[in-house]
Amino acid sequence: MAEITVAAALDSLDTVLRFVDGQMEQAGCPLKLMTQVDMAVEEIFVNIARYAYHPEAGEASIRCEAGGDPFRIVVGFADRGRPFNPLDRPDPDVTLDAERRQIGGLGILMAKRLMDDIQYEYRDGQNILTLRKNG
Amino acid sequence: MEEIAMTITKTAENGTLRIALEGRLDTNTAPQLETELKTSLSGISELELDFSGLEYISSAGLRVLLAAQKTMSRQGKMTIRNVNETIMEVFEITGFVEILTIV
Repeated sequence: MAEITVAAALDSLDTVLRFVDGQMEQAGCPLKLMTQVDMAVEEIFVNIARYAYHPEAGEASIRCEAGGDPFRIVVGFADRGRPFNPLDRPDPDVTLDAERRQIGGLGILMAKRLMDDIQYEYRDGQNILTLRKNG
Repeated sequence: MEEIAMTITKTAENGTLRIALEGRLDTNTAPQLETELKTSLSGISELELDFSGLEYISSAGLRVLLAAQKTMSRQGKMTIRNVNETIMEVFEITGFVEILTIV
C-alpha cells in the first residue's frame, strides 16, 4: 500500500492523479477502470481541497492499493479538517431540465456511481473516505 | 493519465461554431473552455462540440456544458458528437443525457 501526503489544495490535484495512476499502471489496471477511478478521485480530492480546511490550509493523505485477481482498487483519503461526511448530502435531482438544474453535488454523485463502494468515517480527528472499485 | 491539458480547435461559419476538444475537460481545463465560450457564442445559432478527442470529463466540465446548453437553448441549438463510452457513462449517471443533444 503506497501513500502520499500533499497540500489540500487544487494545485495538488495533478500530483494526486499521477500518484494514483502510477499505482494502477504498475498493477496493470485496464484503462477504462483507471479513467473511472481518476474521475472519482478528482471529485473527492477537489472537495477536500475546497472545503476541508477552508479558509485555512492543511494537508491530505492519499493511499492507494491496486491489484489482485479479480482486479481491485482501493483509494483512501484522510484529512484533519472539519468533520464532514460528503455522503450525507442528498443526491441532486438529475431529472430536472437545464434551466432548473443545480450543479452542486454532481461531483460526489459521480464518485458514488463510478465506484462500487464509498465509505466515510471520522476517526482520531481525521475525515477518512475509502473508495473501492472491482475490475 | 497521459495528457493533462486540453486542446480547443474552433471553426466558425455562417452562425455555426464547431469546437473540437482533445484531452481532458476537468477541474484544471474547464475554465479554459468557459472563457472560450464566453467570447465566442455571440451571434452563434448552432454550436457543435466534437468530443472525438476527449478522453475524460469531471463535474467542472459538466458545469461548463450546462452553461453552454442554457445559452444555446436561448439562441439556437447545441449538439455534442463522438462521445466516448466513459464520458457517456458520466452523462448517464448525472442525467445529462436528458439535457444535452448527443448525436
